[in-house]
Amino acid sequence: MQHENSGNIIRLFSGFIRGSLKLILRGNRAYWLWLAFLGALIVSGALAYTAQVRTGLGLTAMRDQVSWGFYIGNFTFLVGVAAAAVVLVIPAYIYDWKPIREIVIYGELLAISAITMCLMFVLVDIGRPDRFWHLIPPFGHLNFPRSILAWDVMVLNLYFIVNFVVATHILYRAYHGKHYIKKLVVPLVLLSVPMAVGIHTVTAFLYNGLAARPYWNSSILAPQFLASAFCSGPAILLVVLQLLRRFTRFEIRDAAIWKIAELMAYAMFLNLFLHGAEAFKEFYSNTQHLLFTRYWYFGIGTHHTLVPYAWSAVGLNLLAFGLFISPHTRRNWITLNIGCLATYAGVYIEKGMGLIIPGLTPDALGEIYEYYPTMTELRVAAGIFAVGFLLFTLMLKVAVPISLGEFHDTEGAEGSAQPRGSAVGEKAYSRA
Amino acid sequence: MANDDPVTEGGSRSSHPSRRLFNIAAAGAAASWVMTSCGPKRLYEAPKARLQTLIGELERKYHDQYGKDVQVSDADAIPGVQFAYALDISRCIGCRRCVYACVAENNQSREPQIQWIRVLQMDKDKGVDLSHANPYYQPEQVPEEGHFYMPVGCQHCENSPCTKVCPTGATWAEKDGIVVIDYDWCIGCRYCMAACPYGARHFNWTEPTIPTAELNPNMHYLGNRPRTKGVVEKCTFCIQRARAGRYPACVEVCPVGARKFGNILDASSEIRYIIEHKRILVLKEELNTVPRFFYFYAT
Repeated sequence: MQHENSGNIIRLFSGFIRGSLKLILRGNRAYWLWLAFLGALIVSGALAYTAQVRTGLGLTAMRDQVSWGFYIGNFTFLVGVAAAAVVLVIPAYIYDWKPIREIVIYGELLAISAITMCLMFVLVDIGRPDRFWHLIPPFGHLNFPRSILAWDVMVLNLYFIVNFVVATHILYRAYHGKHYIKKLVVPLVLLSVPMAVGIHTVTAFLYNGLAARPYWNSSILAPQFLASAFCSGPAILLVVLQLLRRFTRFEIRDAAIWKIAELMAYAMFLNLFLHGAEAFKEFYSNTQHLLFTRYWYFGIGTHHTLVPYAWSAVGLNLLAFGLFISPHTRRNWITLNIGCLATYAGVYIEKGMGLIIPGLTPDALGEIYEYYPTMTELRVAAGIFAVGFLLFTLMLKVAVPISLGEFHDTEGAEGSAQPRGSAVGEKAYSRA
Repeated sequence: MANDDPVTEGGSRSSHPSRRLFNIAAAGAAASWVMTSCGPKRLYEAPKARLQTLIGELERKYHDQYGKDVQVSDADAIPGVQFAYALDISRCIGCRRCVYACVAENNQSREPQIQWIRVLQMDKDKGVDLSHANPYYQPEQVPEEGHFYMPVGCQHCENSPCTKVCPTGATWAEKDGIVVIDYDWCIGCRYCMAACPYGARHFNWTEPTIPTAELNPNMHYLGNRPRTKGVVEKCTFCIQRARAGRYPACVEVCPVGARKFGNILDASSEIRYIIEHKRILVLKEELNTVPRFFYFYAT
């Protein structure tokens, strides 16, 4: 291209922004209803959070005995979702498997939304959100490398930045009808693979490293986290991809969807196997540490709030495994989608309710405090999910037309006035 | 990209890229210097002079808040002193006087109630078994037949999991072994509470309240000064007393003399005698937290 001075860059960028806004503001009735629904959840969550800030975390069901709960459970689940982009990136870039390569960008957008939700869940969980900057050097002090939470803060933010840079770069270039800069994108994408594994491993180590909590202090925790993440993240993506090709001109090959479903079956097998291995060790050795696992699966005495959750998670995970392992059911759209929902729900229950709460029940001194999230917690959590879905929706609204070549620069750089094939994945819209 | 062509009108003012870079770097450095030197800092690294001004501010703040004169001490660890604590399980009668003396001495919130000491009632035929412990015993009279009592608070571990996990370095072990919290630096993430094997850390789930008349005006900046909602607190061996050569409130109040406290480096001290001669029990010894709090059986 010709001279691009800073003035031109600004003009190009503001054109991009204005165009994106126009796209976001254009939509059918279903789109606006969806946005209104998310908006209502966000308002409700914001109101609940305001009350929580004013009164304190006493509005949640958390107490000294169970000092972490639903918020941290959701955080853990979403770290897994964010890590899942890697499932798509590995075959796309390492084996150069084209059908998946076209949809990698959506995995990255999902990762961006998920990390945003993660950081929000941490923020609503801390007692003094006004002091979050105490974590940020040089103003604050990050207890690195001793505190695993410090590691988590670092890897999550880095992962966010890497995905954000790659996704926006690819889209911005495609908007201007140019192919992304390989020298920038490929190393970052390759870096994001170990980082995705890293964020979930570090998050597992967060709990794993606490000798005070035998339920977490098991070396199976990190592998089990990864296995479940490689189920739940793709489950969301599969549904999103089907919606995309239904409502836009975006073409996603069946082969790509089936391949992802197959990978999910293996991940789910691993997840179930690791759970089984852990259950065997706990029940067969039958030490005092069994209490926590028993509380989750069977309850202790009169305390069995979580038992229905435990068995629904097991049932849903088994169902999902069955549906994905058989080629017949994973190629049938109805059973495929049932499998996706079962995976998502199963892993969500397993992480949201089954990881944090049994880890802290009974507490360090043997007391059983039955935790169950309050309305405040549910509203705040729903609000955060709504923010994430809103972000994802709006990003898709811009990203899809760009990859289709429908939304591109008409006034900026010369020679890009004609719609051209997507630069996101080569020829995304040429029907196979 | 932006400056492929440096001779454009827009670029002429700060034409040299390195100079612009320098300006940005200088501005950034200045901003961070201002933030770090003027903003609040961790008490852990605050120099003595700054500590004194901070303490003056605290005293004024508490005076305005409670309408009462308070003294906030900044006494350092005394060289050659390592504190240790011992509790005689065979003597404790479970009266919970220590619990309430601690609340009064250390300005714990009355509503909601926060208590740094938790007394566990255990069955004599089961021994020290947390899964059968009852913290909510409420009989007419203690001790009850067939039971014994085990008060648990912060064990002031040498190898403390709580200080290790704190992401902001807001909690640490002092030179005399007391594990303290900087209430002004704690962000309330409660990672330390998950890490503590003794349930010793307590969170201010809502705004703590202390009636003015009951406020203990003798404070230490790392100890019993009033906390705010959203931060973690715990036992400090009554740092405001211990560093002034006094016994912690729980030791003083115990009616049966089950609680012992002193300098473990002093060969003639009672605590040293107990550790050398009595049968000692370290709670959750297998976790290798190396507590400074010992349970013992004197009889």
